[in-house]
Amino acid sequence: MTVTHQEIVDFLYHEAELLDEWKLEEWAALFTDDGKYLIPPIGNPDADPAQSIFYIDDNRARLEERAKRLLKKEAHVEYPHSTTLRNIHNVRVKNREGNSISVRCNFSAYRTKREVLDCFVGVLDYKLLVTDNKIVIQEKKATLKLDSLRPHGKISLIL
Amino acid sequence: MESYVREDKEKCEFSVHRSVFTNEQILEEEWKEIFSKCWLFIGHESELPKKGDFKRKKVGGRNLIFTRGNDEIIRALYNSCPHRGALVCREDEGNTKVFRCFYHAWTFKNDGELVGMPGKDGFPDAFNCDGSKNLTEVTHLESYRGFMFVNFAEHAVSLEEYLGNAKEYIDLVADQSEAGMELLNDPQEYSVRANWKLISENSVDLYHGMPTHKTYFDIKAKQDPGITKVVLEGKGTDLGNGHAVIEYKAPWGRPVAHWTPAWAEDDRQEIDEIKNRLIDRFGEERAERIASYNRNILIFPNLIINDIMAVTVRTYYPVRPDYMEVTGYALAPKDESKKFRLRRNDNFLEFLGPGGFATPDDNEALELCQEGYLNNFEVEWNDISKGMNREQPHATDEEQMRSFWRKWNDIITKAKAKEEVKI
Repeated sequence: MTVTHQEIVDFLYHEAELLDEWKLEEWAALFTDDGKYLIPPIGNPDADPAQSIFYIDDNRARLEERAKRLLKKEAHVEYPHSTTLRNIHNVRVKNREGNSISVRCNFSAYRTKREVLDCFVGVLDYKLLVTDNKIVIQEKKATLKLDSLRPHGKISLIL
Repeated sequence: MESYVREDKEKCEFSVHRSVFTNEQILEEEWKEIFSKCWLFIGHESELPKKGDFKRKKVGGRNLIFTRGNDEIIRALYNSCPHRGALVCREDEGNTKVFRCFYHAWTFKNDGELVGMPGKDGFPDAFNCDGSKNLTEVTHLESYRGFMFVNFAEHAVSLEEYLGNAKEYIDLVADQSEAGMELLNDPQEYSVRANWKLISENSVDLYHGMPTHKTYFDIKAKQDPGITKVVLEGKGTDLGNGHAVIEYKAPWGRPVAHWTPAWAEDDRQEIDEIKNRLIDRFGEERAERIASYNRNILIFPNLIINDIMAVTVRTYYPVRPDYMEVTGYALAPKDESKKFRLRRNDNFLEFLGPGGFATPDDNEALELCQEGYLNNFEVEWNDISKGMNREQPHATDEEQMRSFWRKWNDIITKAKAKEEVKI
């Protein structure tokens, strides 16, 4: 099955909406069993994980834990839940091979809590798979285009 | 004179006045008396392995270049052109023979000496014969076991004297590998919307471990069912000079040499080999202490070495009374196998990093304290008394925080008394 550019864009919008609506377990279910979710160090997107500390380097099990954790009251940083809004822009299909598609897009994610607004901006690189007429995520890498995590202070939301 | 810190040993009561977290004048005193006079961590010597290597650093509010000259000497140079003041180094890191100010093209060797300027005929021949137009070097830069510190004061006690009893604990980190330790690339730079002193407290506070980080322990317990049996037990110690430590048995695996059932059985052999090397070097008891015990070390005023499931080296500086900038580095043995290095880094980002399952909750706790200080007019004192009724305070007590506050109070009270005399 060939998916169209519009179907890819719709999928990314759907994912962003799940996150903004705090449907985090549904979000985790978008990933394949070997799925990965990564945030490399700022300014070093191709860092070697043995030489640098990533912000996030989740396999499928841990991204599921991340989603479940954020729904608990004891995930203090996100309780009560912050208000978030994600925008996806400039969607480019970089490569198609069989049922696998590489997609790159820009993103901005806004988070507000206790009347403070933080904005995360960057580039998302996806490795998507089309199986059983459905798009699933094999890898999602969020490269932040920031100087530092100031003033955000943390990445408590899923980008 | 009003005191900000009250200690009543008989009543076992220790309180800190909450204005210390909100008052602008106190912050000014801290810049003058603490960040301009104490030894401050600038970096680790492993960051500059080769001649010409440099890193740009912000230490104690100053813009510095941490650099190894062609003469192999490591220096801390003020990053400011002696001519008009612009930064002469704009890259965060690199390797160079010279630093060149782009404004008027004055050029300096990597040891700070002025070696070039356009329009030389406009200056006398003897220009800079006293060296006053070279990049200014920070007067005091000293190393202890590879950890390098600067001191901006004219007169300073030696770094060894300053560190005092804390040296024993830095040794336990520095001794983890005979190949030496290295700081990894890409420090994590983040912030907290709270007073800087709250991190000094939080970093040696085991009492908050369970309530604040329950979700992390829940996740670890799934990976490693044994973890639930371990009680966070250990000692909290005032090391003098404002330094402090908590030391306690590790409930989790430590890549240095403490195996956990969460890791593969084959990995046990590699861990045993590292442990045996430690035993050869230091004997059974010290090897066990290095391998299986955690230590959170606070070096007054703002250096934290957390030797836990990975090793983090953190500094933090105030920008405003209610906002600080944090820089976190990862430290690891130079000769570590790739497998254990990845495991260590995984441990680091999972707990210690700002995208992990614990640090963001610490950040939130500190910000909520700061929010609570809006009530300072009516609710004035913090309580830091836990464990004062015990001969040997536990790691979950607050003796280690009292150590910080005693030193802080000593410095700020003396400064205030001097000012009152002047008036």
